[in-house]
Amino acid sequence: MSEATLGQSRRTDVHTSDAAQRRLRRRYAAERRFQLYGLFAIGIALFALGWLLTSIVGRGYTAFTQSRVVLEVEFARDVLDPDATGDRQVLSGANYAALVKSSLREQFPDVSGRRERRALNALVSSGAAFQLREMVLADPSLVGTRRAVSVPLSDDSDMFFKGFIRRDVGESERKLNDAQVGWLDALQERGLVERVFNTTFLTSGDSREPELAGIWGAVVGTTLTLLVTLLLCFPIGVAAAVYLEEFAPTNRWTDLIEVNINNLAAVPSIVFGLLGLAVFLNFFGLPRSAPLVGGMVLALMTLPTVIIAGRAALKAVPPSIREAALGVGASPVQTVLQHVLPLALPGILTGTIIGMARALGESAPLLMIGMVAFIVDIPSGLTSPSTVLPVQVYLWADSPERAFVEKTSAAIMVLLAFLILMNLAAVLLRRKYEQKW
Amino acid sequence: MNLLLLAVLLALAGAAYLLGRRRATKLVGGDPRALHSRPTYHGYYVALWCGLPALALVLVWWLAQPQVLDRVVLAEAPASVQQLPPERVDLFLRDARSLAYGGVTSGTPTPELERAAERFRSLQTAGRVGLSAAALSLAVAGLTWGRRRVSPEFRARNAVERSLDVFLVSCSTVAILTTIGIVLSLIFEAARFFALVSPTEFLFGTQWSPQTALRADQVGSSGAFGAIPVFAGTLVITIIAMAVAVPVGLMAAIYLSEYARSSARAVLKPVLEVLAGVPTVVYGFFAALTVGPVIRGIGNTVGLDVASESALGAGLVMGIMIIPFVSSLSDDVISAVPQAMRDGALGLGSTKSEMIKRVVLPAALHGIVGAVLLAVSRAIGETMIVVMAAGLAANLTANPLEAVTTVTVQIVTLLVGDQEFDSAKTLAAFALGLVLFFVTLVLNVIALRVVRRYREQYE
Repeated sequence: MSEATLGQSRRTDVHTSDAAQRRLRRRYAAERRFQLYGLFAIGIALFALGWLLTSIVGRGYTAFTQSRVVLEVEFARDVLDPDATGDRQVLSGANYAALVKSSLREQFPDVSGRRERRALNALVSSGAAFQLREMVLADPSLVGTRRAVSVPLSDDSDMFFKGFIRRDVGESERKLNDAQVGWLDALQERGLVERVFNTTFLTSGDSREPELAGIWGAVVGTTLTLLVTLLLCFPIGVAAAVYLEEFAPTNRWTDLIEVNINNLAAVPSIVFGLLGLAVFLNFFGLPRSAPLVGGMVLALMTLPTVIIAGRAALKAVPPSIREAALGVGASPVQTVLQHVLPLALPGILTGTIIGMARALGESAPLLMIGMVAFIVDIPSGLTSPSTVLPVQVYLWADSPERAFVEKTSAAIMVLLAFLILMNLAAVLLRRKYEQKW
Repeated sequence: MNLLLLAVLLALAGAAYLLGRRRATKLVGGDPRALHSRPTYHGYYVALWCGLPALALVLVWWLAQPQVLDRVVLAEAPASVQQLPPERVDLFLRDARSLAYGGVTSGTPTPELERAAERFRSLQTAGRVGLSAAALSLAVAGLTWGRRRVSPEFRARNAVERSLDVFLVSCSTVAILTTIGIVLSLIFEAARFFALVSPTEFLFGTQWSPQTALRADQVGSSGAFGAIPVFAGTLVITIIAMAVAVPVGLMAAIYLSEYARSSARAVLKPVLEVLAGVPTVVYGFFAALTVGPVIRGIGNTVGLDVASESALGAGLVMGIMIIPFVSSLSDDVISAVPQAMRDGALGLGSTKSEMIKRVVLPAALHGIVGAVLLAVSRAIGETMIVVMAAGLAANLTANPLEAVTTVTVQIVTLLVGDQEFDSAKTLAAFALGLVLFFVTLVLNVIALRVVRRYREQYE
């Protein structure tokens, strides 16, 4: 009995004494703290993602609309075609800016003086004249008529109507002076200002004027570049994966190839750009800024990803498939091409799409091979100068105009949309064809 | 023209396939059992003979044409041109080419230039016609030869499979060729750089101002190519990025693999992956436009002077970018720790956090170290964030609030824009690239080896 009491008291000593209780509380507190650190880490990552996305969308969504002004334009014959020749050459060389200026003057007849007039004209985009020219060239019968035309406002006026140029700061600190603000207010009161969906942004090439700049050139350049990348890295990657996984003997040589591929996957992307510059441009003399070269560089960069994904997919096909095919008399090549490869294809495609998504977001190696040039024209072929979406983002991010901040964010939104689409496709493909053996 | 030729060749190969197949079937009177190989293999065989030699010829000519034309034109040029120094000869040829194919020349064309351009044009036309004729006759010859070989005993399948094998092997050597290309191009250009600037000055000098080397007759025209400030800047930014990415990434991985319920894990993991999928140029924009000003604002309220392109801003954002990289790699190694070890620790009465800290993390240490090394190599090679958010001027400082520059930023600024290709300024970029490649390669090799050893431990 006394022994039992002793044992019990000792047990209470170790586990229920005050010291023990304190120790336990400390340990549980440490446990809770540790778990909180984990939650905190997740919180930081989520906060960063949320901050990133809201800051991009918050800055960018306004770029999808555009402020325009409806002006009564007199297509005056004595400005466009004084000799009534009807010749296209005369019409295309005429001074359309004068039409815009005179219709602005009609709106504000009491504006006089060179400087005031220039300030007034600066409210409307220089693209207005091009728009009128296109209209007249498309329909020469407009000459001599008068009609209401909606033309784009300049980037500063656009920023004003979107609230990024504030009227309550001092005149010297904003890009529009008080008189210009007054004119814009007057135009709005007369109901001439409209805010419409910005088709220019989606359908035109780059421009020095933010209100005329668009991403279509970059989108076409991206498509061409990725097309080259896909055409090169998919067949080569699949062939390499098939060889390494199915046919290669295990020896020094294949070991070397394997180590090589794993290392290449971790080489900084800019080094691939240096390779492209030294080999493709300087040694082989291929053209600068061309989607062909960009695609080749990105293909070399994406190749390890495709090979590694392809090998994983091939490895996942159970050996019984191979044995069955060999058993009925297929040759090793027939076994792989007709039985193993088709089963592994969804996995290979998923890996390829993920690799292409990485290539789509890549810009550093393309800077090296000159795809950073300012290019207005929509690229027409694999060797015509062009740029890609991420590089366009980089170029616009460097521009000082406030309006380009909006365009940059919007271009990023388009880029992210493409990325989400590609990743979604990869996920769906995996879901649909995922096979448990 | 080239495309048309390729299309014709492909069409011919297609026709060859059909011809070969038909001939094989006809030879045995429509009974495929009498053939060694199935008729399609005979078709492939003829098509390969028809297409491959011709395509190889086109490829070789396409690669060799520029050099051949240059040689011929130069050999026929007057002696006054041939005696020019090499760069001037290059300029002459470039001008002649752009005059011939409709580009911009560097001056008003001289009669010699006009003649050279005319020669370029005529040679190109001749080359085109000759190539087409040669390729087409080669294709037809191949077709005839291949078709003649078709017979019931002929082992067409084995021949086709052998050529496929060659194709597979050559595709898998592309990876090796890429590495060799990288190493050779970096070493060659860097060697030219080190002929101008001594390696010790490059590796240990503390002055970096390549932009002064603009004019040959300028004072200090050689520029200063001491890369220590550039390396130091890279180090500062990498350390900041790691200080963010390693604790956050590791704790996130621990939480996800040990604490989170599977439903939470199913949502949180893909969300973290989104961070990894955001293009780096987007992070750069975010760092330059959002994070930079915020840090500057905080610094101002505290009374610190923060540069607008501070190392802190770029490093923080780079750290955010690397979080998912660290967390997914550590997640892999943590889940590879055998469950028995966890159960043992819990059975002895340790709390979950004690189990993780005393058993799981020590067991996974190798893998985690490997993951961190890979993350460091990623941070060193990251380009767009630092190009957009870090400074351009080399600044030897350890203060994270000042602007510093990195290896990748210098490579980009030295190579983007107008460049004369032989100046020390542009070649310096390749020397920096060589250092970058070498350092990341060493990090990767060590990391991959460490991870591999770790995997073997538990398999």
